[in-house]
Amino acid sequence: MPAPSLPATFTRRRRAPGLGESVLRPDAPPKVRGEFAFSSDLYVDGMVWGKTLRSPHPHARILGIDITDALRMPGVHAVVTQDDLWGSRTYGLERHDQPVFADTVVRFHGEPIAAVAADHPELAARACAAIKVEYEVLEPLVDAEAAITAPPIHPDGNVFRHIRLRHGDPDATGDVVVEGTYEVGMQDQAFLGPESGLAVPSEDGGIELFVATQWLHVDRDQIAACLNLPREKVRLSLAGTGGAFGGREDVSMQIHACLLALVTRRPVKMVYSREESFFGHVHRHPAKLWFRHHARRDGTLVNVESRMVFDGGAYTSSSTAVIANATCFAAGPYQVPNAKVDGYAVRTNNPPCGAMRGFGAVQTSFAAEAQMDKLAAALGMDPVELRLINALKTHDQLLTGQVITGVAPVEECIRACRELPLPPAADPGADLMTLPGGAGRTALSHNVRRGVGFAVGFKNLAFSEGFDDYSSARVRLELGADGEPVATVHVATAEVGQGFVTLAQQIARAELGVGSVVLHPADTQVGSAGSTSASRQTMISGGAVQMACAGVREVVLERAALDLHLAPADMVLGDGELTTKDGERSVPLADALRAGPVEAYREFHHAPTDPLDENGQGNAHWSLAFAAHRAVVDVDEELGLVRVVQVATAQDIGKALNPLAVTGQVEGGIAQGLGLAVMEEIVVVDGRIRNPSFTDYLLPTPLDMPPVVQTWIEQPERGAPYGAKGVGEPPTISSTGAIVAAIRAATGRPLDRIPVRPDDIALPTPTTAAP
Amino acid sequence: MSASDPDRGSAVSDALHDPTTSDSRGAQGYPGTDGARDLPLETYVLSVNGRELPVDDAWVGESLLYVLRERLGQPGSKNACEQGECGSCSVLMDGAVVASCCVLAADAVGSAITTVEGLTGEGELSDVQRAFIDQGAVQCGFCIPGMIVALTDLLDRSPAASELEMREAISGNLCRCTGYGRIFAAFRQVQQERAHARA
Repeated sequence: MPAPSLPATFTRRRRAPGLGESVLRPDAPPKVRGEFAFSSDLYVDGMVWGKTLRSPHPHARILGIDITDALRMPGVHAVVTQDDLWGSRTYGLERHDQPVFADTVVRFHGEPIAAVAADHPELAARACAAIKVEYEVLEPLVDAEAAITAPPIHPDGNVFRHIRLRHGDPDATGDVVVEGTYEVGMQDQAFLGPESGLAVPSEDGGIELFVATQWLHVDRDQIAACLNLPREKVRLSLAGTGGAFGGREDVSMQIHACLLALVTRRPVKMVYSREESFFGHVHRHPAKLWFRHHARRDGTLVNVESRMVFDGGAYTSSSTAVIANATCFAAGPYQVPNAKVDGYAVRTNNPPCGAMRGFGAVQTSFAAEAQMDKLAAALGMDPVELRLINALKTHDQLLTGQVITGVAPVEECIRACRELPLPPAADPGADLMTLPGGAGRTALSHNVRRGVGFAVGFKNLAFSEGFDDYSSARVRLELGADGEPVATVHVATAEVGQGFVTLAQQIARAELGVGSVVLHPADTQVGSAGSTSASRQTMISGGAVQMACAGVREVVLERAALDLHLAPADMVLGDGELTTKDGERSVPLADALRAGPVEAYREFHHAPTDPLDENGQGNAHWSLAFAAHRAVVDVDEELGLVRVVQVATAQDIGKALNPLAVTGQVEGGIAQGLGLAVMEEIVVVDGRIRNPSFTDYLLPTPLDMPPVVQTWIEQPERGAPYGAKGVGEPPTISSTGAIVAAIRAATGRPLDRIPVRPDDIALPTPTTAAP
Repeated sequence: MSASDPDRGSAVSDALHDPTTSDSRGAQGYPGTDGARDLPLETYVLSVNGRELPVDDAWVGESLLYVLRERLGQPGSKNACEQGECGSCSVLMDGAVVASCCVLAADAVGSAITTVEGLTGEGELSDVQRAFIDQGAVQCGFCIPGMIVALTDLLDRSPAASELEMREAISGNLCRCTGYGRIFAAFRQVQQERAHARA
């Protein structure tokens, strides 16, 4: 089914729409009125402000910390450092290797040293300034390649994970061989709502934390360990979350705020500044990737060899899973009978890296797609045809040996994307604002060249490698005060902007035939929903809500059937009514609920997966999603400036449960892909972040975003609720590669590094040594 | 260790996240350890959304954004960059869009300030707000109050603004979720509705 074509203006609907329709967000009215409470908006009487002191050095030994002056300041309530911890001193998503406060050694620029609670945020900042820290500055280890063999900078060593993937005959050779080395810069999630929250000590000695996060329960477990509290005494509630994109999967201010609250016995609010946000969360891994592709003369891929090094920075975070994705999906969505891939994720004194939208698949997609274009050129083939010849499909094997059992419409995505309309030719009389460089008005239209590029990407949906990935939902159906049935859905699913709040209501309405669905606030008083990441919540939490609704439905059907002396199987639950299958008799749902509320609690677990074996082989992934992107760019070669004119995409989505929401995910994901292609990079020099601000870290603005033309391939995925696939990440995976391919087409430059900078286009190509 | 030894850091530079950037507050050191006594206070009145609101004993260094959010119970304006780059804190000051993070609150005395909370009456939605909802322009929503203030201002000042003019008008409003496509659609909806109403 084609997506609503751009510039679609959606017609307002009058009736209550259901699944598959563009239901509007329940949280949108408070958000447009400024009434929605984000995590930085929280306020409670008696609260004090928390603030972190961070290291100015990427690598140093702490010789002493003197907090005397800071503590003496009137209005300062507490200063905590590594000396004040009473629970676990470290935390982490996969390994607990990250100190709550730098513990004797500082391993990255901006690592927390101390936290302060004070009456006013300015006072907290001054108290931080009054803490005296004596450092012995050490040489930072900043070269990821060198880190593999360098002396360890952490007791756990420098290699987070090395995956040695060997598939088929790893030494197989082809008639045509192309080789390349590629580099990806460090991208920031740059969610707009800064890390923030409010920690409130509770009377039982525990703590309540209202926080913006992606996964309440995994935060809770790390916090509880560091506070040495039983989990049930650590209660988290989701506060309004201003975006996430992977950057809130790791703990940031959570433990510090809770420590301060317990020490001061006061509510503590912490809000990062934008600058601190750049230091306070993990980023997308920078990576260096070498590839050698072998193909037959007809274009069939024979072997893909690769060696890639991902710089994970100082602590593990989710590096071990990121490198698994990068390795497993290294060759892109193509049939490759033989492969030899070595993926390394390593520790350095650079900023820690972890999850960001696309999670490992972004870096390899950029490199592998550049290789496909290189191969097409060597073969004298059309690059899109080369992709079609090799496109993966159901029953094919991944590089891991896993046979794809779900839908894999790669060919359909490529064909549909290719057919989408191209933009009109450049208009020589166009407003100078629309030329490369935009508001600078520096480009000349006769210097501008247009290029078109194509790329295809894929990744896994939900968690892989044997992880028991699940979500929990409690659904209660009862009579409301007005005597009408009302359903309450309680899930811990973090709404970070993706729209699960809308979908949960759609599912409950569809499954229970009720108009009124209330969402209980997301908190840890219900089972885990897992992370809002890996494009997984529509499938996993959607599945949990569907199952819990079905559990409720069974009970009301039993009640109605008992009334009519029938079997439950003879009845169906329709719109507010329980009806016999022949339609002859019915019982109002409200009547069935008079006997009392009905409640059900269910967990949805996706089908089990296996770990990778010593050759990187195994059925490690559950479901996959694919997308093709085509980009059109205008480039002023003299100035090195790029304007993206249009991005077209065809995406494999299973089934659109809310077309408006899918449209927004695709457009938003492509914006982030565009950012990585041409502007976004955290510049790290000698371990130091040089551009921790929105002045110097550039995000796509309304003037940078081109029209997005999208179409969807809807082939329902078996085993997924309603056949829907997650849609959040594929737009970000290959949009970057398509844009860079278009710049290459316009300029003839190799452009093996992203983001592409003006220098890379305008200055002579440096001669690079062979790897 | 002394403040003049940049390679080793110091009590002063330790507080700055990036010692390579100059921070005018920190360069000569903070005023010492007297804490609250070093925060000069001021009492004044701000005119916000048509109401005169007293601000008592506030540190003079507080931005308009901070005072609105933390002292006057108007957290609709958002704090995403606090240096005037993202537009999330946009408010109208005497009818002009400003980044309230870059205005000292004490400097706003005597100006009429309109925040997102003041664009409509309680429980009401303006056509711009309605269009954002209808067109799916809201995801996380953090940029939305500033975006609504900026687009409301543009559509009032320049009802027939072209798409390019609209993009330029909100080019100081960053959105990280939507890629702007649905926001542009909301703009078109309002223009069409208003054109229809005039016809």
